[in-house]
Formats: sequence, C-alpha cells, structure tokens
Amino acid sequence: MRLTCPHCGVRDAREFTYRGHAIALDRPAPDAGESAWDDYLHNRENPAGWTEDLWYHTPCRTWLVAERNTVTHAIRATRAASERPS
Amino acid sequence: MRVDGYGQIDRDREIGFSFDGAWLKGHPGDTLASALMANGVRLLGRSFKYHRPRGVLTAGSEEPNALVTIGRGAGQTPNVRATVQELYEGLEARPQNALPALRHDLLAVNDLFAPFFGAGFYYKTFMWPRAFWERVYEPVIRRAAGLGALSGTADSARNERAWAHCDLLVIGSGPAGLMAALTAGRAGADVILAEEGSRAGGRLLAEAEEVGGMPALRWIGSVLEELWSLPNVRIMERTSVTGAYDQGTWGALERVALDRRDPGLRPLECFWRIVAKRAVLATGALERPIAFRDNDRPGILMAGAARAYLHRWGTVPGRRVAVFGNNDDAHRTARDLAAAGVSVTAVIDSRKGVDLKGDFPVFAGATVTGTAGRHGLRSITVDEGGKRHRIETDALAVSGGWNPSVHLACHMGARPVWREEIAGFVPPEDSVPGLIPCGAANGVFSTAACLADGHRAAALALEALGKPALKPELPDASDDPYRIGALYHVPDKGRAWLDFQNDVTVKDVKLAAQENFRSVEHMKRYTTQGMATDQGKSSNVAALAVLAEATGRTIPETGTTTFRPPYVPVSVAAMGAGARGKGFAPERFTTSHAASVERGAPMIEAGLWYRPSCFPRPGETTWRQSCDREVRMVREAVGICDVSTLGKIDIQGPDAAAFLDFVYTNSFSTLREGRVRYGLMLREDGFVMDDGTTARLGPSHYLMTTTTAAAGPVMAHLDFVLQALRPDWDVRIASVTEQWAQFAIAGPAARRLVNAVLDEAIDDAGFPFMACGAVSVLGQPARLFRISFSGEHAYELAVPARFGDALYRLLVSQAEALGGGAYGLEALNVLRIEKGHITHAEIHGRTTAFDIGMERMVSAKKDCIGKSAAARPGLTDPDRERMVGLRPVGAVKQLTAGAHLFAEGAEITPGNDQGYITSVAYSPTLGSYLALGFLKRGPERIGERVRMVDRMRDVEALCEVTAPCAFDPEGERLRG
Repeated sequence: MRLTCPHCGVRDAREFTYRGHAIALDRPAPDAGESAWDDYLHNRENPAGWTEDLWYHTPCRTWLVAERNTVTHAIRATRAASERPS
Repeated sequence: MRVDGYGQIDRDREIGFSFDGAWLKGHPGDTLASALMANGVRLLGRSFKYHRPRGVLTAGSEEPNALVTIGRGAGQTPNVRATVQELYEGLEARPQNALPALRHDLLAVNDLFAPFFGAGFYYKTFMWPRAFWERVYEPVIRRAAGLGALSGTADSARNERAWAHCDLLVIGSGPAGLMAALTAGRAGADVILAEEGSRAGGRLLAEAEEVGGMPALRWIGSVLEELWSLPNVRIMERTSVTGAYDQGTWGALERVALDRRDPGLRPLECFWRIVAKRAVLATGALERPIAFRDNDRPGILMAGAARAYLHRWGTVPGRRVAVFGNNDDAHRTARDLAAAGVSVTAVIDSRKGVDLKGDFPVFAGATVTGTAGRHGLRSITVDEGGKRHRIETDALAVSGGWNPSVHLACHMGARPVWREEIAGFVPPEDSVPGLIPCGAANGVFSTAACLADGHRAAALALEALGKPALKPELPDASDDPYRIGALYHVPDKGRAWLDFQNDVTVKDVKLAAQENFRSVEHMKRYTTQGMATDQGKSSNVAALAVLAEATGRTIPETGTTTFRPPYVPVSVAAMGAGARGKGFAPERFTTSHAASVERGAPMIEAGLWYRPSCFPRPGETTWRQSCDREVRMVREAVGICDVSTLGKIDIQGPDAAAFLDFVYTNSFSTLREGRVRYGLMLREDGFVMDDGTTARLGPSHYLMTTTTAAAGPVMAHLDFVLQALRPDWDVRIASVTEQWAQFAIAGPAARRLVNAVLDEAIDDAGFPFMACGAVSVLGQPARLFRISFSGEHAYELAVPARFGDALYRLLVSQAEALGGGAYGLEALNVLRIEKGHITHAEIHGRTTAFDIGMERMVSAKKDCIGKSAAARPGLTDPDRERMVGLRPVGAVKQLTAGAHLFAEGAEITPGNDQGYITSVAYSPTLGSYLALGFLKRGPERIGERVRMVDRMRDVEALCEVTAPCAFDPEGERLRG
C-alpha cells in the first residue's frame, strides 16, 4: 500500500504509522459532557466503505488524513491534518 | 530416454550431476526432471502419507510429486521441484520421505494400512488419551509423514529484496504475454515482462508449431530481440509473480542464482515488489489429471508435460507410451510422440465417436481402469464399453483438460467464473483493479486466439494509460478448436488419486461429503485436499467436481476454495532478505558506548539502544555484587551514568508555554527561566502516557525530556497535538535526542566533581535544586541541570554529542578519584526504587495519575490532554489498585516482580486478587528487598500486611505495605 504525504509525495506504507479514525481531529470542549467525550474517545463506526483515518508519516513527521475504502482498500485522497476541509 | 533431433538443449556439452548417490549426465538447458527422465530414472520420491512410489507428473512449477533435497550442510534446500530446478555441473539431489532408501522404504507399509488411513483418520483415532497427542502421536506422525528437512544450521546464503515500478506488468510470456509486451513496448509504455521459466516463450516452447510462417522458436527469438532492443521494456526471466496486492502491487520471486553451483556475488533469490499501473494476466493454463485406479505410478504424467519433455528437452518417459484423455489436445501428444518414433501403445479417449487417425490403436468411449508396476508403470487396463484390454506400456500421458491459471486474479477475494464449454474456471470481470486477463488464463486456447487476445489486453491497458496502441500486426498461427467432454474420475472401487502430494483420493472426498463436510472449504480441511506445497494446482478442480457429484450439486454451485498468495512457494530467506542479525533491528549507541565496553560492562538492549547494565570490578563475580557497590557508591560518593537515551525535545515559539500547559497536566507557563519542573503527561483517555522534566531555557524556549521508551511516541503525540488540534499555535518542535550527550552526576560529592570540570564553579545559591543553565566545560558550551532520579544531590551535564565520549571518560576518571565511578542500569533502577520513582513498569498504560498518587498534579486552572477523561468516576474510584511500596516482613525475604497480592489469610483465587508488584530491587542501602506495586485502596492501607504470591516462580512472602518512597522521604539529600 502507498499513501501520498502532503510534503513528500507518494510513499510506501512502511513509512507510515496508523492512528485510527480522523474523528480525533474534533476534540470536544472540556465541558462538552460525558457523552461527547465518549463519542470522541471510544465510540466508533465500523463502516464497510469510505472512511477517514489518520496516518503519521514518520520520516517527515506529518500527520495526514486519508480517505480510505475499507472494502476495496482504495485511497481516494489525502491531506495534511493541519488543513481543515472548508 | 533422449530422442534425436528434438529439444532445445545443448547436446554438445555434458553436465555431471547426482541423484540418490548415482552420478548421471545431462545437458545445458535441462531441468533436473528432464535429465532424470533422459537417464531413465522414473522413481523420484515417496508420497507424503502412504509412502507410495512417485515420479514426475508435470513439467512446471505446479509439480506435486518430484520434490527433492538439493545440496548439503547449511545450504541444503528441501522440497525443490525437480521440474523447476535447472541442471548445473555438480548438482547433488537426494530423494525425500523414504526410510531407509527410495526403493526399499519401510514406511511403505503405511500403504497396506490405507483402508484405515482415510480422511479424518487422525481426528478420529488419536483423540485419547489427550496428553498423548503432543508427546507421542504427533512426533511419530511427523516423522512418518513428511517432506524434506532443513539442515538445522544457520544458512549464510545471500538473498535480496527489491522494488520495481512500471506502467504495465505482463505476467507470463507465452503467445498472449509476448504479444501484450510487444504491443505495449511499441507504444512506449514502461513494461516489465515476468516469465516464471528459465526462458521466455511459455507453451510455445513445448509445442511443434509455426507462428508468422516460421517455427515458433524463431518467432519467439525475433520478438525477444525487439523487446530487448526497447529501452522501456524489461524482461525478467526465472521470475514467478507470487501475489496480487493493493494499489497495483505485485509480489514476485526471482531465482537469481539457483541455476549454478557457485552464486559468486549474486544473491540466490530476489523477492520483488513490483508496482504497476496496469497488469496483464497471461499466465496460461495448467493441465489437470483424471483420477482412476492407481493413477499415481511413476511413468504416469500429464499429456502436455509429455509434449514439453519431447519438444523442449528431447526426452520421452518411455519407449512405449499410451495416452488417455477427454479432449482433442491429448491427441496432439499421441501424434507428436508417434512422429518422434515413440511407440504409442494406445490412445484412450473417454468420448464416444472420436475421429482420430494414426498409426496406433484408438479406444473411443473408453477409460483406463487400472495400472500395474511396483516402482514404475508396466501396464494399464482399459475398459471399452465393458470389454477389458490389458496394454503393456512404460508410460501413460493423461489429460483431463486445461484449467486457466486464474490464481493471481483471485488473490484479492474475487471468485472465478465457471465456463461449461471449456469445463474450467476463468477470472471474473474486475477481479483485481487494473488487471486484464488474456490468453489461456482467460479461457482462450488456440495460439492464434491467444496472440489476438494478448494484443487486445495490452491495447486496453494502453488506453487507460493514455498511450494508444499501434495497429496490430498479428502473425498467423494455428487456430485448432479445443473440444472437451468433461471427465474428472473413472468410477471404481479402488483408490484413485486426486491430490498426489497429500495422498487424497476420490474416496476421501466422497467420505467427507458423506460425513457432512459438504462445503468445499470443509472438505478441503477434512481431507487436506490442496493443502500441500503445490496448493492443489493440478488437483483442486477435479476434487471439487467429485464433491459436486457426491453432494448432487453443479460445479459452480459447489464453488472453489479461497485463492491466497503466494502462487508458488517462497522461501522465507528471500522474503525477509536483509532482515537478519543487525539488519533485523538497527542498533543505537550512546557516545559512551566504547568507553563502557572497554570497562567490561555487559550491554543490554533498551529498545534499539544499548546501555551498560553494570561495571564489574575485579573480584565481583555476579551482577548483584557490582550493582550493590555502585548503589553504595552513589549514596556515599559520586556516580556517573549516561542518560542520553532519554528523549530530548526542543520546543520554541511564542506559544510554547501554552503548548506545554496543554500537553502536561501541570503548569509550565509559570516556570521561571533557568528552572526545571517535573511534568506528567496523560493520554486523551485519561491514562498516564509519560513523565519527565522540562527546562525553561528562555522566554519562549523549553527543553522537554521523555523516558527512553516513550521518546518516539511522545514526539508523534506532540506533533499530533500541534498539527491536528492546535494548528494555529506558533510553536516549533524538534527532537535533539541524538544531538546532545547527557550524563548524570549523582552523589554527595556531585558538586565537587561538577566544579572540577566546569570553567566557572557553581554553588548552591546560584544553582539550587531544579535550576538549569548554560555553562562552559573546558571552553565548550554545555548545559547543566540540577535534577535527580537517584534522590541524591545530582546534576545532569549535557554537551554536543561530539564531546560525549571525551566528557564521559573525564567524568568517570574524576569520579573514581573521589571514590566513585560509573554506574549502570541495574544500580539506576535500585536507586529509583528506593526513592519510589516511577518508570514504565508502573506507568504501563493502565494506570492513572490518581493510581500513582499524582492526582494533585492535574491542574484545576487549565485544560490539558486527558483531563476530561481522567475526571471520570471510574478513573478516580478509591477502590482502584493504587501505588504503594512493599517490604518483606515474614520468613521469606525475597520479592518478585509480577507477583500478585492477597489479603493475609485469604484464599488464593483470582477473585481475591488485590493487586500486583511492578518493580523489585534489593536495596543495599536499607538491607532489604523493596518493591513497588499496585494495591486496592493502597495508600489507605499503609502499615497493613499483605501476602505476595508468585505462582510462576513458586515464591510466597508476607509484606508490609509502605509509602512508595523508602529512602529519605523528606528529600533532604537533594538540597544543600
């Protein structure tokens, strides 16, 4: 598998570390309440199809979001985690 | 037996090789199988389960029978397929699975007990007594049933891994593959043509055909000449594509130097990862046998293989050969053999009304119902509408039709599609993204049709690549139709083999169906059909046809088993090439490494780092003696320890203070310049991630330290927080772990020693506990931190890494002059356990700030990572296991890490478990074992007695619960 690092271009999967769903980008406010924090920390969808997950490109230390299909393993797009979709 | 005028071998040169101890001759171009056939050797091995005599069945990588061991000593390679192994001078091959000898195998008695050894025999028989399975049954069965063995010594042979990229990967170089490569090559695409065999040409090398008005060999030569001339085409011979993976990635195994005795500088094999934008599947087809009674004798081989041996290697399996088939292709074998002067004893075709003329007897609508010959075929029995004929013959060529090689197309989960008119499975549409099947792999069998289909496939790929194909120039070739009347097995009471390698018969498959293993996946596992090293390449389709028949279903209803990589056996040495010894895990050395090794310190691994465990002195015979001395040395004089492996992260920017406040539970914006503070870091789920000290070097400049183990994860975590959660903050971070060499100087004489190396002396007022600042050592800039992990008056002195070795040697010699010296990891650990300081033994991922007694370090004034989750009731429940110290008070004075804690007098059951011990040390300072551990409501139970139970090491001890810190709890030694 290969992923496109926003800095380095297309790189082999061995250079990346997986972290989980991109929901980790949307940290709730400290007082958002238990259920918001439960959803943020623990509750996950298990989609058959498109999902967004976080990967860390170890050599250049860039966190990125990959749009990945869990059924076909296709990668549709990647972007730097620091860039929020408009 | 050689046939004059046939074959592509070099008859002018001879090659000497040995098989089973006998020296034989072959020619360049031979495989081991063809050379053995030419020498009249028919018995090549014994079967896996029944130890039946076996000979060559095929001429390719699908071979189930002819497995041999090549070479001796460390380089011995078992289970080599004689049909793939190229002959070289001095090749030494031995048969396998025969005791004591190939012709007199004692375990052939297994064959006599065959009625008892059917499918499921092991499951049903070796059930009781249960303990016997591991100790008695399995070792005996493993010895009796088997393949070749490894030498047991380390193999020093070199292998390689490599990567390649291309526009189009063409898999297979038969007529379809060659045409595809030519089409794409001419259009300017970057092409890799992978051919499993030792030369390109595929099936054309095994037939007598004309292509483009010339002999096929000449046509192949002209195509290859053009392909070699194209700089955008790479031809990889001896390369089997082994698997299809995501995003157009293909695994491939190249046999680089297995064709020679001395590989020289070459690797034996190379495992390739080929990334291709598009791929063409031109893998051809494999012929399948027909199962009939005793169809496994040496001398019985595939009809297509017989033609391959004749045309490619100029050898035939005997003077007299019979042919048995259910399709027109089998007739070619009879015609070709007859033309070569071989006596064709009979052509048996299961179809009625077959029109075949030749100088041999033809039995239409007939079947072979039996064979005879102990170590090789002598005669066959033919049933022609109830009439029996016994025919003397040396060999029998069998064809049950051709199975398209769909394997690679099915590696990503696609199921093949059944096509009744060819009685075979073909790849489904869109099986693997970007893969286009063509030729025989696509169910297209005539040479002319394969050439056209190869062009079509390449043109499709080129269109997707945006490189249009040139107009086709398809050469003329034969376009004989392929007609087949499906026949998978000849009904009979005797044993008829399906899977030759695992000794699975028609009866076994029927038994599986009868015992309700009706799913093809269940049948496979019950009978072991297709589970041998050949993965049932020639046998699976016939086996599922038998299962379909036994369960009253059609073949497509019955379905196939799952196709998985690799297509051919891949040696682990090739796949893991380079990842052995130091190539497996890189080594990280500190700047003091050489000096530590010179002092005889045993180095131990700490992640990838190597650190000294202790520094033995003359007269010390155990590590404990050295460790105890080093602990006393630090407590009484001064010790030096390299702490450079701790992670160091430089943090700068206007928002650096806010950033640290956010990642640490406690506050760092309030830290004064020139001061250090201990910090605790949580994961967002509320559990402790790491701890360490952070120094404020300037208004917007901090230096964080992490534990050795968490240096990488903490760096990734900080990057995540900055990039994903706070991208608007102006902060830059960089790892400087390797840039600075840092040494702990600990003990009552620490300041004396520090002042001996500093250019300007320090005192307590100018440099109190938890101070830090820039200093100068022998004229070089350095950093000094007054921090302590040992509980002593201590400093850490950091210099640019290039000065590390010199400074370490200087510090140790100065320390020795003061009655101290170097100390290692063992002493470091004892010192911190005496002080109740935590490491990752305690913050192991399941402990909270509350558990380690640091709940007050979670600042109420600000948000931080993990704060919300850490406040949840479950994580602050007083009933949680919380950190305490433990000290033995009973007769047993030893404590052990990993032991569990129970209330005194309680029954030792999991339900009564009160906690566990995480760290243990013998404290020479206090003359007792000390432990850190976690105990339910621990801090409330100080002074209580608990029982420590270690069932692994069989130790029990009575302990007193204490505070974690056992030595100098007021911290008086740190100051002054």
